Amino acid sequence: MSLTLEQVKRIAHLARIETSDAEALSTQGHLNGIFQLIEQMQAVDTAGIEPMAHAQDLAQRLRDDAVSEADRRAAYQAVAPETEAGLYLVPKVIE
Amino acid sequence: MIHASLKELSQALAAKQISSVELSTLFLDRIERLNPDINAFVTVDREKSLAMARAADARIAAGTAGPLTGIPVAQKDIFCAEGWTTTCGSKMLANFVSPYDATVIRKMHAEAGMVSLGKTNMDEFAMGSSNETSYFGPVKNPWDRARVPGGSSGGSAAAVAARLAPAATGTDTGGSIRQPAALCNLTGLKPTYGVVSRYGMIAFASSLDQGGPMAASAEDCALLLNTMVGFDERDSTSLDRPAEDYARDLDKPLAGLRIGLPREFFGEGCDAEVMAAVRAAIAEYEKLGATCVEVSLPNSHLSVPAYYVIAPAEASSNLSRFDGVRYGYRAPEYGNLDDMYMKSRAQGFGAEVKRRILIGTYVLSHGYYDAYYLQAQRIRRLIANDFVEAFKQCDVIMGPTSPSTAFKLGEKAADPVQMYLSDIYTIAVNLAGLPGMSIPCGFAGGLPVGLQLIGNYFAEGQLLNVAHRYQQATDWHARRPEAIA
Repeated sequence: MSLTLEQVKRIAHLARIETSDAEALSTQGHLNGIFQLIEQMQAVDTAGIEPMAHAQDLAQRLRDDAVSEADRRAAYQAVAPETEAGLYLVPKVIE
Repeated sequence: MIHASLKELSQALAAKQISSVELSTLFLDRIERLNPDINAFVTVDREKSLAMARAADARIAAGTAGPLTGIPVAQKDIFCAEGWTTTCGSKMLANFVSPYDATVIRKMHAEAGMVSLGKTNMDEFAMGSSNETSYFGPVKNPWDRARVPGGSSGGSAAAVAARLAPAATGTDTGGSIRQPAALCNLTGLKPTYGVVSRYGMIAFASSLDQGGPMAASAEDCALLLNTMVGFDERDSTSLDRPAEDYARDLDKPLAGLRIGLPREFFGEGCDAEVMAAVRAAIAEYEKLGATCVEVSLPNSHLSVPAYYVIAPAEASSNLSRFDGVRYGYRAPEYGNLDDMYMKSRAQGFGAEVKRRILIGTYVLSHGYYDAYYLQAQRIRRLIANDFVEAFKQCDVIMGPTSPSTAFKLGEKAADPVQMYLSDIYTIAVNLAGLPGMSIPCGFAGGLPVGLQLIGNYFAEGQLLNVAHRYQQATDWHARRPEAIA
């Protein structure tokens, strides 16, 4: 398998990472090297093997539907790039 | 005092031979003197550290101290600590002052009364094996400053090796505690997945990430691990288990111990001098009463390929939170919302992090998910099953931690695949979720060599025992780099 330059740009867009043509070209080389390593997996017959998502075979815990955290909005918003009146500011998305 | 063990420091503090303020000052002064060259710490805050030391001294005076109260420790900069800049080695978080404590930090500060000396350098978002992907520049190996300390917990490793701290925290997703421990002549332990809380530990690959101790000896690691573990309702994968004292079995004799030697770890691909040191260590274990049996991990050669699907897939999801809205870097100029995301992430992440996000995005995307992500998860099962079979024949598995000693700065930086292969012996342990250690076992060309110990699930106490007995019989772990006195 080999990624085309167009595919690299498409993935970068999906990941929301702006990529110049020059960056995409060097990234393409690196990614194809990495995928060559990854391709070793394809030679293995894994029919009937249950995928392992996690090291511990546990069900998700449930907790009571009760307030457990203090209101620390001001502290958490203090680290935001831009806030106003308790809201996070971003460029306008609805005209 | 700078070479003392945690137990010795604990005794000295309890006997009032030294105060925590004096002890902390000793290490803070060393950091001030030696860190500009080694670059092990990215954040030091003398006033904050000394305030913790004063509080510890008050606890000692009041008779309410625990075994590690007042002992200084270095924190990998992946752990959020309230009021401390927490960067994860990234421009993305270069100005992020955490508003809360990770559970590990809270336990060490509030419960154990330890004194954090600062935050240690690391590969960006823990993605790397040399500490060269850090936004804050590479860390130098105290054993040879032209060489890497390993990664991603390279700053923690260099800090302890240079005695800028008596001990440190690390995290290990594919070898990030064990490989730098090996390259810097330290003892490092990655616990069983789920034993140490991941709350407040900035996520890389959530099904693999696990925090653990890095120190000069197994005994130090046991004491530090005692402060780090425990069920945490804030981590959905934290395990609710009875508490145990990881130092309880340190002195147990090793007679009858069965050591499994995977034939796949003793074949080609490992430096000959490294292998010689590892074999000599195993011979020492036989003198201590252990017997060796050959075992097989037939799918271990697939661990690197499977890891480089699973870890990037989880990372691409975890790192989507860095979008310039709630915290972290935002590009100074942008057009619409999408453009703000694209530019903030392009400017905030380094090259290796971007590569892994792209790999992850691709393997999770429509049409490729089955061929890559599910196939990797099936191989993960095969790798985990190999260990189940192997542990039917042995108590502990041994082999090299890293296929080479510390490599030169820049040597592998241009070739991601070569870099990835430096974790060839450590990654399978993370995929299976098992505990693993690296302990010093000799030198090759003047550089430290690590012996890897792999235990069955929850066998941390046993691993520490196996490591401690070796450290009672040998002095490799007590060797210090000449240049750091």
